[in-house]
Amino acid sequence: MALDKIGIAKRIAQEIQTGWYINLGIGIPTLVANYLPQNIEVVLQSENGLLGIGPFPLEKEVDPDLINAGKQTITMLQGSSLFDSAESFGMIRGGHVDLTILGAMEVSETGDIANWKIPGKMVKGMGGAMDLVASADNIIVAMQHVSRSGNSKLLKQCSLPITGLNCVKKIITDLAVLEIASEGGFRLLERAPGISVEEIEQATSGKLIIANDIPEMII
Amino acid sequence: MINKVVENAGAAVRDIKDYSTLMLGGFGLCGIPENCITALLSTGVKNLTCISNNAGVDDFGIGLLLKTRQVVKMISSYVGENREFERQLLSGELQVELLPQGTLAERIRAGGAGIPAFFTPAGVGTEVGNGKEVRTIDGKEYLLESWLKADFSLIKAWKGDTAGNLIFKGTARNFNPMMATAGKVTIAEVEELVPSGTLDPNHIHTPGIYVQRIFQGTNYEKRIEQYTTR
Repeated sequence: MALDKIGIAKRIAQEIQTGWYINLGIGIPTLVANYLPQNIEVVLQSENGLLGIGPFPLEKEVDPDLINAGKQTITMLQGSSLFDSAESFGMIRGGHVDLTILGAMEVSETGDIANWKIPGKMVKGMGGAMDLVASADNIIVAMQHVSRSGNSKLLKQCSLPITGLNCVKKIITDLAVLEIASEGGFRLLERAPGISVEEIEQATSGKLIIANDIPEMII
Repeated sequence: MINKVVENAGAAVRDIKDYSTLMLGGFGLCGIPENCITALLSTGVKNLTCISNNAGVDDFGIGLLLKTRQVVKMISSYVGENREFERQLLSGELQVELLPQGTLAERIRAGGAGIPAFFTPAGVGTEVGNGKEVRTIDGKEYLLESWLKADFSLIKAWKGDTAGNLIFKGTARNFNPMMATAGKVTIAEVEELVPSGTLDPNHIHTPGIYVQRIFQGTNYEKRIEQYTTR
């Protein structure tokens, strides 16, 4: 069966190593924080100026001066630090953040990502996404394999306006774990439980690289 | 000691004229200059260019100035929370320049720090790069981005003193410190205004040199966009 959002978040959580500084995008990436293994200690960066995002507050703790990039009220963990937006993106562009996890509308087989605009339909802006994808060494995309209208989101080339070129390393969808091969193409690493290679092939429009034996994810 | 205190928001924004370029601090509705925005609604000044990370929501923040059609151009990074904004943009009533958030922050910082332009990787190969110089440095491509400055910067801080020194709280700091440096006239509204010498110099985030006018704001609503609890 295809994974739900929580399943995707749980699988991404397995990619995370202790000691990392991590920027989580809005949506599924934000959920990843809830499923980190007990023995893993990381620091979550919020682009609006915080290292050390804690859990959502109790009602009595809510502070309008303390929000995350999705404008949700949050708390700070012990050892947090606060800073301004120029400093925040300095640490992002400067390569100090170990892992960036973000959502996407489309990913190409060369690692291009599109996630900020649908011409004529949706104009929300790129926020911090272009800075993040232009700089991070380690970018994981969390998304559904296929759009609501039934089209593959893993393409030969992105059809929507690009957010960044050749930047995505790994993609974790409701159907599969894939990495961008250096020669181009989506290398299939794992299948969601009960999902066949054929189903993943059908749902992938770009070039899919399949080794002999593709294991199932362990969630 | 220099005294930069003005009586209230109305006095602070009195000489903001039509066609001015303004910077407004804040991320979402967090750390926005609520009192100054209300005062601009009263003066009715028009054809403003507003530089701000976001455009408020339909009925709060910069959204209020959009509703009254006082804004002719926005320079922002993310505007997804405002339907009236999207309507004006799609109908062509409002000019909009969308920039990567880090590029926006750095262009403002550069404006205040005397750096006319800089190279950044953000936006290479995207429509943000259209018409901009691309240079390869150490094997990677970068875009040339220029500084941003404003006629007036409208800043919100937590505490301030009569000399204009400012301290911010939580994530309400965001764009406020760099905008304070990039305005010809920087107006700071604070929740608590204290005499010069009261704040610990070790704790000042924005030195008073950048602030021309300061006042203690009133009736802060501090609206929350996404009230979330566990």
